[in-house]
Amino acid sequence: MAAETTYIDGEHAAEAASGLPQLDISTWTSQIFWLVLTFAVLYFALSRFILPNLRDTIGNRTDRIADDLDSASRMKLEAEEAEKAYEQSLRDARAKASNVAESTRQSLDAEIQTELDAADAEADRESQLAETRIREIKQTALSNIDAVASDVAGALVTKLTGKTVTDAALKAAVKKA
Amino acid sequence: MASGPMEQFQIDRQVDLFEIAGQTVSWTNSAFWMVASVLAIIAFFVLTMRGKLIPGRMQSLGELSYEFIADMVRDTVGPEAMRFMPFVFALFFFILFANLIGMNPYAFTTTSHLAVTAAMAIFTILIVMVAGIWKNGFKWFKIFAPAGLPLPMYAIIIPIEIISFLSRPVTLAVRLFANMVAGHVMLKLFAIFAAYLIAKGGVTALGAILPIAGTIAIVALEFLVAALQAFVFAILTCVYLNDVYHVEH
Repeated sequence: MAAETTYIDGEHAAEAASGLPQLDISTWTSQIFWLVLTFAVLYFALSRFILPNLRDTIGNRTDRIADDLDSASRMKLEAEEAEKAYEQSLRDARAKASNVAESTRQSLDAEIQTELDAADAEADRESQLAETRIREIKQTALSNIDAVASDVAGALVTKLTGKTVTDAALKAAVKKA
Repeated sequence: MASGPMEQFQIDRQVDLFEIAGQTVSWTNSAFWMVASVLAIIAFFVLTMRGKLIPGRMQSLGELSYEFIADMVRDTVGPEAMRFMPFVFALFFFILFANLIGMNPYAFTTTSHLAVTAAMAIFTILIVMVAGIWKNGFKWFKIFAPAGLPLPMYAIIIPIEIISFLSRPVTLAVRLFANMVAGHVMLKLFAIFAAYLIAKGGVTALGAILPIAGTIAIVALEFLVAALQAFVFAILTCVYLNDVYHVEH
């Protein structure tokens, strides 16, 4: 194989030079040798140093972005929870305040009611007392009226007729009237 | 100055170094440009590698390259093939830089030589075969016999599958090689024609406008082809690596 190629190399060197340089097989060994060498160096540099470095850089960035997004969503969750807790405490406080107002109003109402009741009872008692007194006074006045009427009638009779009338007759007459 | 369209592909043996099995290994212009492109790739990534959390423009460029190839491997083969990612990465950037450096005047396009593209293509297919047999054992040969066919069909299908598998390195090598050669030959022809017209002088020199415009258009096209062929080689490598992991189609 090697001998054959050298033979072609020697025999057709001039012909190959005038034809397509690509088909000059005598140059192939050098080309393939340098291709293998340079490609191996390139592959080594890429796979050992350059590509891992690029992969790490890109990976770090992707990780960082994912981390940041994670923490952002976590913070959002925390904020939402805080908001919920705040609203809960607000609701609690409001409920408590309305409770306090309600109980205060109830106790005030009760107090007012008892005061009112006491005042009513006092007033009732006073008015009852007053009524009894009025009735007594009326009674007394009514019982006095008869005496006054007979007195007045006796005096009138005496003045008009010059006669005295007995008390019994006067009383009977007043009763008739 | 080179006068023929093919002379740009000439390999200059500058120093004969040593012999391997009767073959002389020499330091050539091709070797120089291979070393140069590999050094350029390494320098590009080392310089753009800052490792900062918030990347600058240069760092983004390096990271975009990483994610471009990583996504390519992940999407065409799957996450299990990430161990081949450095290989695909090296292939893509070796071809891309060789093609782009070859676009410079007086530079040599190492990928315009069949020896280089064929070596890369055969190596790629060998990796697929070795990794496939390593991973699946002899079950790997099932890729030549798709399941669920009527028995007589296998007599036709298996040879077809074997031929299509064996043609992969050929197409891989010839596609890249032919694209680079065709582009550079076309570029050279237009440029030679323009130089010829200008050398005539007089009114004909004005006609050189047309081939110059053509040269500029082809330069733009060739930059596209340079990137595209690197991409095609890399993505086909991924497609072939698929056979390592997905034996049952």
